[in-house]
Amino acid sequence: MPTRNVVLHVADVHKSFGGLHALSDVDLQVEEGTIHAIIGPNGAGKSTLLNVCIGRLAPDTGAVVFDGQVITGKQPHEINQMGVVRVFQTPEIFPDLTLLQNVMVPAFAKRDGAFRLNAMQSVEKRTDIRDMALHWLEDVGLAGQKDAIAASLSRGDKRRLELAMGLVQNPRLLLLDEPTAGMSRHDTNSTIDLLKKFKGRGMTKVIIEHDMHVVFSLADRITVLAQGRIIADGPPDEVRGNPKVQEAYLGGAH
Amino acid sequence: MFNNPARNDWMLLAGFSAVILCLPILLEPIGAAYPALMQKFCIFGIFAIGFNILFGLTGYLSFGHAAFLGVGSYAAVWSFKLFTMNAIPAIVMAVFFAAAFAVVVGYVCLRRSGIYFSILTLAFAQMCYNLAYSVLTPLTNGETGLQLTLNDPRVVDGLFFEPSAGLPRVDLFGLPISGGGYAGFYLCAITLIVCFYIAMRIFRSPFGMMLRAIKSNQNRMRYTGFNTRPYLLAAFVISGMYAGLAGGLMAATDPLVGAERMQWTASGEVVLMTILGGVGTLVGPVLGAAVIKYFENIFSSFDDHALHGVLGFLPNSIENPIVSFLSLFVGDGWNLTLGVVFMLIVIFLPGGIMEGLRRIWNLFNRRPGNRDAMPVAQTQPAE
Amino acid sequence: MDAILLQILNGLDKGGAYALIALGLTLVFGTLGVVNFAHGALFMLGAFCAVTFNKLLNLESVVVDPEKTTAWGSPLETRTPYVEAWLGDFGVFLNDYSVPASIMLAIPVMLLLGIAMERGLIRHFYKRPHADQILVTFGLAIVIQEIIKHFFGANPIPQPAPDAFAGTVYVGQILGMGQTLAYPWWRIVYLLFSLGVIGAVFAFLQFTTYGMVVRAGMHDRQTVGFLGIDIERRFTVVFGLAAVVAGVAGVMYTPILPPDYHMGMEFLVLSFVVVVVGGMGSLGGAVAAGFLLGILQSFASMNEIKSLVPGIDHVIIYLVAVVILLTLPRGLLGRKGVMED
Repeated sequence: MPTRNVVLHVADVHKSFGGLHALSDVDLQVEEGTIHAIIGPNGAGKSTLLNVCIGRLAPDTGAVVFDGQVITGKQPHEINQMGVVRVFQTPEIFPDLTLLQNVMVPAFAKRDGAFRLNAMQSVEKRTDIRDMALHWLEDVGLAGQKDAIAASLSRGDKRRLELAMGLVQNPRLLLLDEPTAGMSRHDTNSTIDLLKKFKGRGMTKVIIEHDMHVVFSLADRITVLAQGRIIADGPPDEVRGNPKVQEAYLGGAH
Repeated sequence: MFNNPARNDWMLLAGFSAVILCLPILLEPIGAAYPALMQKFCIFGIFAIGFNILFGLTGYLSFGHAAFLGVGSYAAVWSFKLFTMNAIPAIVMAVFFAAAFAVVVGYVCLRRSGIYFSILTLAFAQMCYNLAYSVLTPLTNGETGLQLTLNDPRVVDGLFFEPSAGLPRVDLFGLPISGGGYAGFYLCAITLIVCFYIAMRIFRSPFGMMLRAIKSNQNRMRYTGFNTRPYLLAAFVISGMYAGLAGGLMAATDPLVGAERMQWTASGEVVLMTILGGVGTLVGPVLGAAVIKYFENIFSSFDDHALHGVLGFLPNSIENPIVSFLSLFVGDGWNLTLGVVFMLIVIFLPGGIMEGLRRIWNLFNRRPGNRDAMPVAQTQPAE
Repeated sequence: MDAILLQILNGLDKGGAYALIALGLTLVFGTLGVVNFAHGALFMLGAFCAVTFNKLLNLESVVVDPEKTTAWGSPLETRTPYVEAWLGDFGVFLNDYSVPASIMLAIPVMLLLGIAMERGLIRHFYKRPHADQILVTFGLAIVIQEIIKHFFGANPIPQPAPDAFAGTVYVGQILGMGQTLAYPWWRIVYLLFSLGVIGAVFAFLQFTTYGMVVRAGMHDRQTVGFLGIDIERRFTVVFGLAAVVAGVAGVMYTPILPPDYHMGMEFLVLSFVVVVVGGMGSLGGAVAAGFLLGILQSFASMNEIKSLVPGIDHVIIYLVAVVILLTLPRGLLGRKGVMED
């Protein structure tokens, strides 16, 4: 295996809620420029793991290291400014804004991340931001509705919008929580194409997914979680053949 | 609808300015064309525009905004007492002290959101009100209210003029501001136009867009890399400065300030104005302020006698019950009318008067696709 | 020592009123999820139930006897309240006890008003944002207080406590702590009364099926809805109950503070602070914080303290609220996840 930089290191993370061990001794390394899939049955702790990575939850023990820096305990906006962006499972968008504005806001965050009191500037004059946002709306296929209010979108379209909101920040690490749930087969395929497009361009992706079609067409490496523990970790073919995984998760159905 | 938004904004500003400057002519038919009332429209318009920058853009409902108005008023009167009767330094001081105070209050209150924020601001305002009546009496003159006296130092004025007999008037380089003249009105009117312009720029700026995004989904803002607190604090302080400015103008046109100006009822009033006019719109708050102040003026002056006069053509058996019912709503009952109207607006027309106008407009201009054509401006009508 | 005890006593009756209002606020907020700015108005309405009842009792028949004259030479008027004419001694008794007796009037009136409010207005705001709820109930509070002002005027209307409780009681003697500690009887009555009502509300919530559903609803509204329980009707009852509690609190408070039309708002602002300090959605917190803040307030108004920190008596409650909110975001006894963004 070629040695690449480890961009994200989840080091011996343990997290429990009351008596429930959501994550036990999870140790995970994500290499730069890869697409790393995390799979596992419901309740395996996948979403908890993502929440720990973006600072929404603090681990009981262990730490999350991004690019050599410990990010556990940092504020969500600080983690984002370091280049970690998350796309949520239930679409987190700005429902009252237009699609274009929805993408422009994160674009501003990328450009003017720290607080700026640009109260006398006109949004219209920031064509750089606007073009950037439009470009990504086109890529996810929503440019035609750029002036619609985001709340009016279908669930699948909201997810694509959120994907654009994540990509416009050109993150170093993109965490995707079931990016294709609720999408039609056609949209799923175009999303896969979109994600493939950025493979190896310095953007690392961690993806949680139920849809095995998506996982096996995208992932460079797969980690399997069950009951808060890692039961397998390796390239897709290796994981597919792993009897432990088949028993715990695939159940031979796929 | 297809021309560029920047030009629409200039037209809106030009139209707004024209209407404000021509108020003395426009209001003649409805009997409201006297400066004392019109300057009230302008002052409360400024107050409401400022409140709307906070509530309309960020969704943070402050129930203590009158405190900033009060601080501004006191600061202005102190400027008259200590330095000069010129209105400019007084207004500058009003804005400065309101801003400083807003930084402190905002820093504390903005650590919580939603209902907690409303209650915290309410608590702060009540605290100021209580203090103004008690310990701070040397600064506020307690129940009597702070006013000008003959033996105020007025250091700067003393250098240039011989003190005249009687209380001096607030002036603007010789133009009399206090006392209900046209100069006072035009000072307020021009300030209102400037404030409107600044608010318009804020609405159209990236900063304004961030505030709207915070209102829409604050959590998402945090995960987008924004530290939302400075944005909120900035909005809060700007909004407090508007309130201070309004307070300063209020003191300039009538240099007598009582603590009741800071009471929660006064905070409630600006909430009513903004909601009535239309939250989140540019023109709405000004419209709401004018409508409330106008009808307050009319309704308060009505009494049973006037009602009997109007309804005199009816037979007594019908007239008397109607009069006694209507008398609930006029005179001292004006607040009741206000409460009822306010409830009806919140229940049936949450967008306020502007929403109503838009609905009527759409009724007559039903063209397909018209509504989605200009989404950036969707919170305010272009007309 | 006496002085301290006196301040604690002083704080307790005010605290009782805060606790009763805050209890209703919390109950409504916890079950219905509605922030009710008109709750203070309900307290005020209760107080005016007492005023109305007293007025009714004092409707008089006037008999002018032209034969007899007063010392000033005008015809002698004999005024007899109807109740005394009809009911004799019981009428006299009723008149004396008009304040506690008016609870009998206040309970049905407040219950009906509460139900009408919930059915007619509040119900339609369950799904609207909290800001809208605040605004509409704020409007309602204005409407209620202006109507009261129209019919009862703007001046406070003193209500007498029953003669038997009008004087002071030497608390010190009873407790064996010295002679000087005297305390108004009625305030002690109020304290006991508020404790009784609080006990009754908690018993209702603890021991009745209705109460159990309400508690479950405060804990997890959705689940209770899934159980197929007619939650709407129970909401109405909860709102009515909160209205009654606020109302009777207002009735009994009238001999302590002569009611006027804007007393509701003053108490509401303070009660909100109490709720926030106690922890939004925590009934025990509301009660504890009510008494605590009442006592703190009366301590702050001691001369010794006032001379140390001038003006502290006016701001202590707000100051405490600000400090608590900044250090313990959920209040003293608040639960996680209530009203958090």
